Amino acid sequence: MSLQPIQDPGLPTHVHRRADTDPIAAKRAERQVASLFLTSALGTILFIYAYVGIPRDQLLFLPVIGTTNAHELFLGLGLAISLFFIGMGAVHWAKTLMPNHEVIEIRKEQRSKEEDRQALIQTVQEQGATAGLGRRTLIKRTLGLSLGLVGIAPILLLRDLGPLPGNDLNETSWKAGTRLVTDPGDRPIRPSDLEVGAVAQVLPAIVPGSYRSLNDIAKDALLLIRIRPEEFNLDAERLSWTYQGIIAFSKICSHMGCAVALYEQTTKHLLCPCHQSTFDVTRAAKVIFGPSARPLPQLPITVDAEGYLIAKAPFNEAVGPSFWGRDSA
Amino acid sequence: MSVGKKAVGSVANYMDERVGAAKWMKKTLNKVFPDHWSFMLGEIVMYSFVILLLTGTFLTFWYDPSMRIVEYEGSYEPLKGIEMSAAYASSLEISFDVRGGLLMRQIHHWAALLFLAAMVAHLLRVFFTGAFRKPRELNWIIGVGLLTLGIVEGFLGYSLPDDLLSGTGVRIAEAIMQAIPVVGSYISYFVFGGAFPGYIFIPRIYIVHVLLIPGIFLALITAHVMLVWYQKHTQYPGPGRTEKNVVGYPMLPVYAAKAGGFFFIVFGFTAFLGAVAQINPIWVYGPYTPAQIGAGSQPDWYMGWLDGLVRMAPPLETYIFGVTISWNILIPGLIIPGILFTLMALYPFIESWITGDKREHHLLDRPRNNPNRTAIGAMSLTFVLVTLINGGNDLLATNFDLSINQIMWFTRIGVFVLPPIAFVVTKRICLALQRHDREMLLHGRETGRLVMLPHGEFIEVHEPLSPEKAFLLSSHEQLPALTAPEEDSRGVALPRGLRNKLRARWSSANAEQIDKPTADELKEIEHH
Repeated sequence: MSLQPIQDPGLPTHVHRRADTDPIAAKRAERQVASLFLTSALGTILFIYAYVGIPRDQLLFLPVIGTTNAHELFLGLGLAISLFFIGMGAVHWAKTLMPNHEVIEIRKEQRSKEEDRQALIQTVQEQGATAGLGRRTLIKRTLGLSLGLVGIAPILLLRDLGPLPGNDLNETSWKAGTRLVTDPGDRPIRPSDLEVGAVAQVLPAIVPGSYRSLNDIAKDALLLIRIRPEEFNLDAERLSWTYQGIIAFSKICSHMGCAVALYEQTTKHLLCPCHQSTFDVTRAAKVIFGPSARPLPQLPITVDAEGYLIAKAPFNEAVGPSFWGRDSA
Repeated sequence: MSVGKKAVGSVANYMDERVGAAKWMKKTLNKVFPDHWSFMLGEIVMYSFVILLLTGTFLTFWYDPSMRIVEYEGSYEPLKGIEMSAAYASSLEISFDVRGGLLMRQIHHWAALLFLAAMVAHLLRVFFTGAFRKPRELNWIIGVGLLTLGIVEGFLGYSLPDDLLSGTGVRIAEAIMQAIPVVGSYISYFVFGGAFPGYIFIPRIYIVHVLLIPGIFLALITAHVMLVWYQKHTQYPGPGRTEKNVVGYPMLPVYAAKAGGFFFIVFGFTAFLGAVAQINPIWVYGPYTPAQIGAGSQPDWYMGWLDGLVRMAPPLETYIFGVTISWNILIPGLIIPGILFTLMALYPFIESWITGDKREHHLLDRPRNNPNRTAIGAMSLTFVLVTLINGGNDLLATNFDLSINQIMWFTRIGVFVLPPIAFVVTKRICLALQRHDREMLLHGRETGRLVMLPHGEFIEVHEPLSPEKAFLLSSHEQLPALTAPEEDSRGVALPRGLRNKLRARWSSANAEQIDKPTADELKEIEHH
């Protein structure tokens, strides 16, 4: 096995390069290296020119790349040339003119000499003995205890990184009677604003002057879709949550929380662009493809006295991705 | 000349009288580095890291890590007057109002992609050539740590601009946190300082991205390179190269010039990409809001395989005793990556347990001479590739007019079927190549020259190999399989019988080889 059937012929004999023997070739190599370094210098000049000479908003059309910012393009090209050719010059220099004799260095095993290893063990044992590590068990145990406990301090300090979730994940701003308003625009919506086949993104109305944060939007965003009522394939309860063919789903994907933004009108499917979970609008957003395990939560809607769409009741389940304490019954 | 010499001399004298480094420096400057293109892959990683530090520092001078809502007033017309986070507004400022800012942002992004690509290529080189074997197992583990951190660092980096695409990525990360059993929602609330997206996530990941992880990188890369230095580099087998020596060029001047020059080449290359190839055009995506998303949302390539796994997961969720367990997120998002990275980190120890080989190795393997390892590598690569394909299933579907559902089903099945096929095929190819090596040694190289013999028969002339080539093809060792007893001499099962059985079985699979010609066989040929 470790027996080699063929003798090691040893390192191949060193072959001289042309520049090693021919002074003209060496001179040529020198000139090549010098011109590479000079090219780099020209690159820096291009860089300086681009910085001061090309306006910040100068556009330029180039085939393949398209329209691009000339200022940034030539800054970049100048920088690329100046850096790249320093490198090329150095490597060419090394390959043509620097000595190319391969050298052999001898390796030694990583393992220390046996006497050194013994000496180390002895030292450690002796020093340990002088410190009384083996004898004074009370010190050893209390030290272990204190070292173990001191680790709690930094972990405890992290407690104020954030509040506890509490019931937060189960709640949204939608309450019975909350008006649906357009996003953007904040206009209340009448059923007649939506044609059959239309889809709209809506949010809960807020008190004028108050502020809607991204945290709210992350839970409240709603998709409103109108189809012909006879196309629904829902049980009586879910059907009562719709209004004249208008159905409202949470826009936050029940898989990982992306915005479920792609609606295919002909098939009445909603598709999440992140992981392709596909939901059937006619069957209360039932998952028909992809990794999501739950339909999108449906918001019961109706109209108020003025004829504007409102929430009939809050969501009856948590919106967005699952979590440990989620009531998914 | 003499002035220069004198200056060098006096600097050297000054330093040596203070730190006494002459002896160490002398040794260092004569240190030998083996030369091979594949040894440059690790260098690319190190150089991209330096490029990332330089360009990243430039970006921090303008970037404002704040989620405070501002109205955009910069020079990019389409977004004027729109409300957005200060982080996004300052990223736009870097892109449109700082001269060279867009260039630096693009170099930074390209260098990050190169950093991880070179890391993976370097890892594959180390794996397929067996460079991770004793005494280099520790460096392998450091490398796995660097890869893991690199993926996290890259993700945080493209989350910082707070555009619509990056916010979508953060939302997915939040969903993975929430899926962790028992403590998931607590972890998420601690990380985000409350509900998603909150106001504090960007400042927090900023300090992690620019200080914490780069600091750990610096320490780990230093340790990694110091170990290479101390243990001396591995070398490919060949004439004159043994386990006991290292053949190559001395540190000064050849290696220093080549390595130093190569840094500038890598930097120049990323600068060129930054100049001509647009990457992550954040102004197209718009500011992040949880209610919107762009079609074709894609992570960077090193996250693509994870995203692909998540996409292909079956819709499994358990609701039991009032708690929800999201298998569709846990399995692809945490369990499988956890198992894969653990197995990868432990691979050197698994292999040495199977082979029973506890010796030091400094000569690299040719991948064909270790068919099992090469096949395991091909199998893992195939797995990642199939998941990566699914990570881009939406783009594949739109660009090649395919059905996304079909791609999904292809990868769902393929992720189980294709890796084992890759294993078997690769192992067969390795053995075939070994057979070819044996043929070459015994019968020489086919010259393609046909000769008609006097009696009319055509033969192809074979030429004997050069002694160097013949040595290369025959110098590797072929370890026999381990035999571990399952029963003692009286037929009583040993306590570790099952373990031994497993080890023996793996070991015999690992030892499957085409016997290389023996000295006798070769001698016989010579007498022909």
